[in-house]
Amino acid sequence: MNWDIALILGIDGLASGAVYLLAGLGLVLVFSVTRVVFVPFGDIAAFSALTLAAFEMGRTPPTIGLVLVLTVLAVLTEVGSLVRQREWARVPRALLLWGGAPLLPCLLAWGVGGTSMSPALQIVVSVLLVVPVAPLLARVVLQPIANASALVLLMVSLALHFLLSGLGLMFFGPEGSRTQSLTNASFTLGAGFNVSGQVALMVACALVLSGLFFLMFERTLMGKALRATAVNRVGARLVGIRPARTALLAYGASSLLAGFIGVLIAPVTTMYYDSGFIIGLKAFVAAIIGGLVSYPMTAVGALAVGIVESFASFWSGALKDVIVFSLLIPVLLLRSYLTYHSEEDEEELDQ
Amino acid sequence: MKFMRSLLASSAVALTLVGGVQAGEIKVGFITSMSGPVSSIGIPYAKGMQAATAYKAEVAGHKVRLIQLDDASDPSTAARNARKLVEEEKVDLLIGSAGVPSAMAVAAVARESKTPMVGISPLNITGDDGAWIVTTAQPVPLMVSAVVDSMKKAGVKTVAYIGFSDSWGDLVYDGLTKSADAAGIKVVTNERYARADSSVAGQVLKMVAARPDAVITGGSGTPGALPYLALAERGFKGPIYGTHALINPDFVRVAGPSAQGLLAPTGPIIVADQLPANYPTRKISMDFRSVYQRVHNAPTTDGFSAYAFDAWLVMLDAASRVTSKAEPGSAAYRAALKDAIFATKELAGTHGVFNFKPGSIYGMDERSRVIVKLDKGVWTLQQP
Repeated sequence: MNWDIALILGIDGLASGAVYLLAGLGLVLVFSVTRVVFVPFGDIAAFSALTLAAFEMGRTPPTIGLVLVLTVLAVLTEVGSLVRQREWARVPRALLLWGGAPLLPCLLAWGVGGTSMSPALQIVVSVLLVVPVAPLLARVVLQPIANASALVLLMVSLALHFLLSGLGLMFFGPEGSRTQSLTNASFTLGAGFNVSGQVALMVACALVLSGLFFLMFERTLMGKALRATAVNRVGARLVGIRPARTALLAYGASSLLAGFIGVLIAPVTTMYYDSGFIIGLKAFVAAIIGGLVSYPMTAVGALAVGIVESFASFWSGALKDVIVFSLLIPVLLLRSYLTYHSEEDEEELDQ
Repeated sequence: MKFMRSLLASSAVALTLVGGVQAGEIKVGFITSMSGPVSSIGIPYAKGMQAATAYKAEVAGHKVRLIQLDDASDPSTAARNARKLVEEEKVDLLIGSAGVPSAMAVAAVARESKTPMVGISPLNITGDDGAWIVTTAQPVPLMVSAVVDSMKKAGVKTVAYIGFSDSWGDLVYDGLTKSADAAGIKVVTNERYARADSSVAGQVLKMVAARPDAVITGGSGTPGALPYLALAERGFKGPIYGTHALINPDFVRVAGPSAQGLLAPTGPIIVADQLPANYPTRKISMDFRSVYQRVHNAPTTDGFSAYAFDAWLVMLDAASRVTSKAEPGSAAYRAALKDAIFATKELAGTHGVFNFKPGSIYGMDERSRVIVKLDKGVWTLQQP
């Protein structure tokens, strides 16, 4: 191990840390607002990567079909619940919101799929196409049981992961794909040491997106509503914040993050239909370091996971994942010493 | 009423007739990985098997029926499915499974239940444990020694190794160290990565730091492309080698220009159309290609489907030589079928010529390997 190697490993770790950072933000956001550990997060990232790969191969991505089916299910669920409450007047608006909005990216993808379009447009469409996935899934499966215990929610979200990864295998096949690099630039730092433009782009995107998140939470009403729900669900309801609506926002934002992750990592790693899970799992380690509530601590955790992973792969390739996941043990020990157990009380309040 | 009664009577006769035919049916249990990380090779195996059943599904007056199960890339599911096939379906022969760990699990069931098994992956079974088992894959040392010969000719003195952190990676490493020692080539690294890993940057750095003349990998399918991509990124310029497990079109697609010039050993099926006209496997290989084209409406491009096809050929050949009067489905028939399999002589398959003898699960010789080079996305035959 000399300085060159340490630098290369450090940069590699930063690049994967940037990805875990985005994924960790998504996980913490969904968990703090809805108490769901959103396991299918990684699958959505894989979907966006594979959708982009399908566009590049000149195929119409099968993701369109998935979004359409989910849209139909969501419309049925929404209209069904309105009919049961005899709220006939709200049906047309629900149809427009649940049926109309998700169809827009589908139409866009349908229109441009198979044609030769610019790479930038392909990326935009791939990200947009997966944005409705999490909100629709949540509307169909998670919202009706929003008040169940955190354990039930975790199990349901795990089941959703298996569903999505099975669908991924059916849609995209067992083979992995790589997409074209977004940029071919490379920067030279010092003697013979290069940083590829793609890695720089990943880190920059992670910084910009987390900056935007910070601004959203601090400066906008929407962000404040999300924070309020995260801090105290009952209190937020009392001041007129609708939990279903904030949950929808959280899912939409995390879906968008997953979409970005997919298109960012697809050029540097081979993406398979089930690659998302392991990304989600490592981001989960980062989120645990942040206690599933703190965004800054999650960011630190994500970078730590990325760098530990990169150095571990140098020291012992076979034990890399063991080392990364072993990070959880000291972190959990430390956290349980430092924090008071107030979660049980909160759950009591909810019911 | 009378009509009804006659209808009932005739259908009863028909049922007994059908039942009579079914009694003579040979049942073959086939396990492969249709999902999970091994599915990238498991699905081609299944496609090859579909072509095989379309090629011929009748032997010595018996119909042959295939029962296929998915093991989801999981050895314990493979073992459970094998047990189900043996106990509930009373199969006469087991074929499978795609991954080596799953295949080892199936082999344990075959041995215990005294059911003959034709493997389709390079198993590591020796002695009495293999009394009921043969495989249509080439032994890994045979394939790796072909690569080492090729390295020796190219003047390689040191070679770095990176492979999967599973039994496939171990098999290739063991084969490599054995033949490399004999050829005076030094293996300088033994790096490992998991099939699902997204980066091997650390391992590759360590390999490049060891300054090897050449690199060889022990991966398979598209996950096997990762080291070549990372090596290209690090600017490694030496010759690159691989194994037969890499040969499929998706590997070429994912690895792209980074695998240009890759040398790998393979069964002759991959370059069947480039073989000399008198090569023993050429005719059956071309037959396989045409039946595969007919069944799937697409050309065969990988070696895996051909292993499954060869397993079917071994079964057909052995069943045609069973002289015992025992009916399929009985223990006596299974024993007779096993003896017939171990008496296979000069059977031309798509991957080589099979001669099975008791005492070894492998039945291939030098005719089952050629060295191919990846040149602009096409595998081309190299002169030995």
